Amino acid sequence: MFDFLEGYDLLGAFWVTVQLTVYSAIGSLVWGTLLAAMRVSPVPVMRGFAAVYVNLMRNTPLTIVILFTSLGLNQTLGVTLAGGDQDSVLFRLAVLGLIAYTATFVCESLRAGINTVPMGQAEAARALGLSFPQVLALVVLPQAFRAVVAPLTNVLIALTKNTTVAATIGVAEAALLMKEMIEVESDAIFLVFSVFAFGFVVLTLPMGLLLGWVAKRVAVKR
Amino acid sequence: MKFRKSAALAATVLTLSLTATACGSGDDDGKIKIGIKYDQPGLGLKTPDGEFKGFDVDVATYVAKELGYKESDIEWVKAPTPERENMLSRGDVKFIAASYSITPERKEKVSFAGPYFLAHQDLLVRKDDNSFKDVKVLNDKKLCSVTGSTSAQNVQKKFAPKADLQQYPGYSQCLTGLENEAVDALTTDDSILAGYAAQKDHQGKFKLAGLNLSNENYGIGIKKGDKKLQADINKALEKMVKDGAWEKAVKDNFGPADYKYEPAPKITENS
Amino acid sequence: MSNLSVLYDTPGPRARRRNHLYTVLFLVAFAALMWWVLDVMASKHQLDADKWSPFVEDSRVWTTYLLPGLAETLKAAVLAILIALPLGAALGIGRLSDHRWVRVPAGVVVEFFRAIPVLMLMLFANQAYAEFGNLAFDIRPLYAVVTGLVLYNSSVIAEIVRAGILALPHGQTDAAKAIGMRKGQIMTVVLLPQAVTAMLPALVSQLVVIVKDTALGGALLGFPDLFSQVQEITANYGANNIAAITVVALIYIGLNYLLTSFAGWLERRLRRAKKSTGAVLAADATDQLETLGTESVVMTERPTDRDREA
Repeated sequence: MFDFLEGYDLLGAFWVTVQLTVYSAIGSLVWGTLLAAMRVSPVPVMRGFAAVYVNLMRNTPLTIVILFTSLGLNQTLGVTLAGGDQDSVLFRLAVLGLIAYTATFVCESLRAGINTVPMGQAEAARALGLSFPQVLALVVLPQAFRAVVAPLTNVLIALTKNTTVAATIGVAEAALLMKEMIEVESDAIFLVFSVFAFGFVVLTLPMGLLLGWVAKRVAVKR
Repeated sequence: MKFRKSAALAATVLTLSLTATACGSGDDDGKIKIGIKYDQPGLGLKTPDGEFKGFDVDVATYVAKELGYKESDIEWVKAPTPERENMLSRGDVKFIAASYSITPERKEKVSFAGPYFLAHQDLLVRKDDNSFKDVKVLNDKKLCSVTGSTSAQNVQKKFAPKADLQQYPGYSQCLTGLENEAVDALTTDDSILAGYAAQKDHQGKFKLAGLNLSNENYGIGIKKGDKKLQADINKALEKMVKDGAWEKAVKDNFGPADYKYEPAPKITENS
Repeated sequence: MSNLSVLYDTPGPRARRRNHLYTVLFLVAFAALMWWVLDVMASKHQLDADKWSPFVEDSRVWTTYLLPGLAETLKAAVLAILIALPLGAALGIGRLSDHRWVRVPAGVVVEFFRAIPVLMLMLFANQAYAEFGNLAFDIRPLYAVVTGLVLYNSSVIAEIVRAGILALPHGQTDAAKAIGMRKGQIMTVVLLPQAVTAMLPALVSQLVVIVKDTALGGALLGFPDLFSQVQEITANYGANNIAAITVVALIYIGLNYLLTSFAGWLERRLRRAKKSTGAVLAADATDQLETLGTESVVMTERPTDRDREA
């Protein structure tokens, strides 16, 4: 029944998907937190920059963001992110594009999370003489993160699915393999689709369940 | 209430779109549908005026006329590379003239008439780059081609397995890399490359390396086993070569590129 | 924490000086980056006038490529949301049903299609239509794109509808029961009309997601949308990829910005309206509805930051 799988590196393709997801998730968490910090910072220029960046990125199709990393950053500006052959360069470019796009969603979730922290917390922290970075890093953000585990899980799941867009610049992940397979094995398209659909359910469902449980455990009871 | 309204709305939308389908697949009311490329200057290009230009377009127009259609009866259809066999076997178009090389694999699915042109896989390089002397240097070069094309497969499997090959959905994306020196050469059929090199915006920037890496016989793709159409198209092609229209079409479309094209090939697809 | 300036003290003279310093440093770093980008682009002839001028001087770029492409994008987006709306409503109501045999399958369908990338749904639909359908091939990409979008978005809309209904005050159901309405009546006459109003902002925001996703069809299915026009423009105007992609991106950003602003305006207007119950789903509610396998639903009776800014 599954002989149509022969000759295809199914696990390899999904492994690339997983790698894309993990690297992009870490990157967007860092960059998204920085953006959120900029958005609430006392320096107006940084607030403005973060707001404009988030609005531009959120409204651009990810397809264009990813293509731009390849044609703009790589082919025009000569950015290779540590060199190597085209395949590894393209992989890193795709990660960069996914980070640039996903970070805006992390930033917006965090901003909403900051809103759930009672004002008194920050006021008390300031009364103790803490500076803005200290207020943010020691008092507000830790609570905000606990409040946004659920929204961030959604961002992570969306990111996992969005890694398929890397197929547009030819990164050999799951969607590209599926495209090739349904064209070649056209008599078994339902089976092919089921296999890939199953793969994504296996990736995202435990993520949702596990982090949903974590979200309930860490939520700040108020 | 609201729900009923939106359901009715959806039903309307569905019916509307279904009628649209019915119109789309209408029978040939004296019209002929021909598949061409939309993004290959010199062969098949949709110009800003919404017209179609190129060698394939000229050949197709000539053949259609010989088959008894007026120029105004021709309906041009975009024929993307991976779709060509499907379009023919489902009868979406009468024939396809879209830099369509005759290969044994393709002949299992469709039939061809012609060939009407002999092209070679070649490289487009920057004007001042003289390092492309033979096939061997390709292994150390950064090449660019179109995703899944025969040229890309040829490079990977035959000429230069070690070459760093970048693949994009379209040729013009490779040109940006070539222009910016991010890649060293764009590789595909010399006819396509000549078309790009001859474009006003590119004149003086690029040149063909002149390595004849393969023979690509362009045929006119038709539904598998349609012998009558094959014979008619072959006759039209022979006439086109004989009365000089072929030569003129080549000169019109490839003239400015300084492209040494091959003479018209002999018709080989007879059965 | 509505007023975010609560995070820092009102700057005194020293803090103000420090902020000025940060401002200058940030601007210098940003300007240096921009200068480097523009300098490299200029040295590689990407800023040459002949690459950009067609978009300003040659109206045919717009009439032949960009506007017809935009029309296709909008057509796919509008078709997708119109078809997904009733499907999603049915699924959402199904998930709230008292009957297990309705609730469970509806839930499975919703969770399944939310777990699968929309690109894969499109690729599959495209091939399935090619194999089994009888569609003319030139409209098949449109069908494939719309099918993929409908499958995915009807499960998202199902969650919006469910959240919209759950966001209504419980008194509505109680009152309807008290005057002797049946379950079906309560749903169609009382709850659904209000839920539809409550979820309008979220629906408009979902349209932004749909518009962005249509570009996948242009990139990989040969759908002649706005994004795919880059290919034909660059074949005619000297491979001006950077210019063409920038212009196309700006069109998407403008369109989506309009939609986002409209959703925000709608949300504020609905919250102010005296007639309603005050239950409104935030325009960004869908961001928070994604969690798979959990039963949590975002109730937005708590005011959002957007609300407070207003």
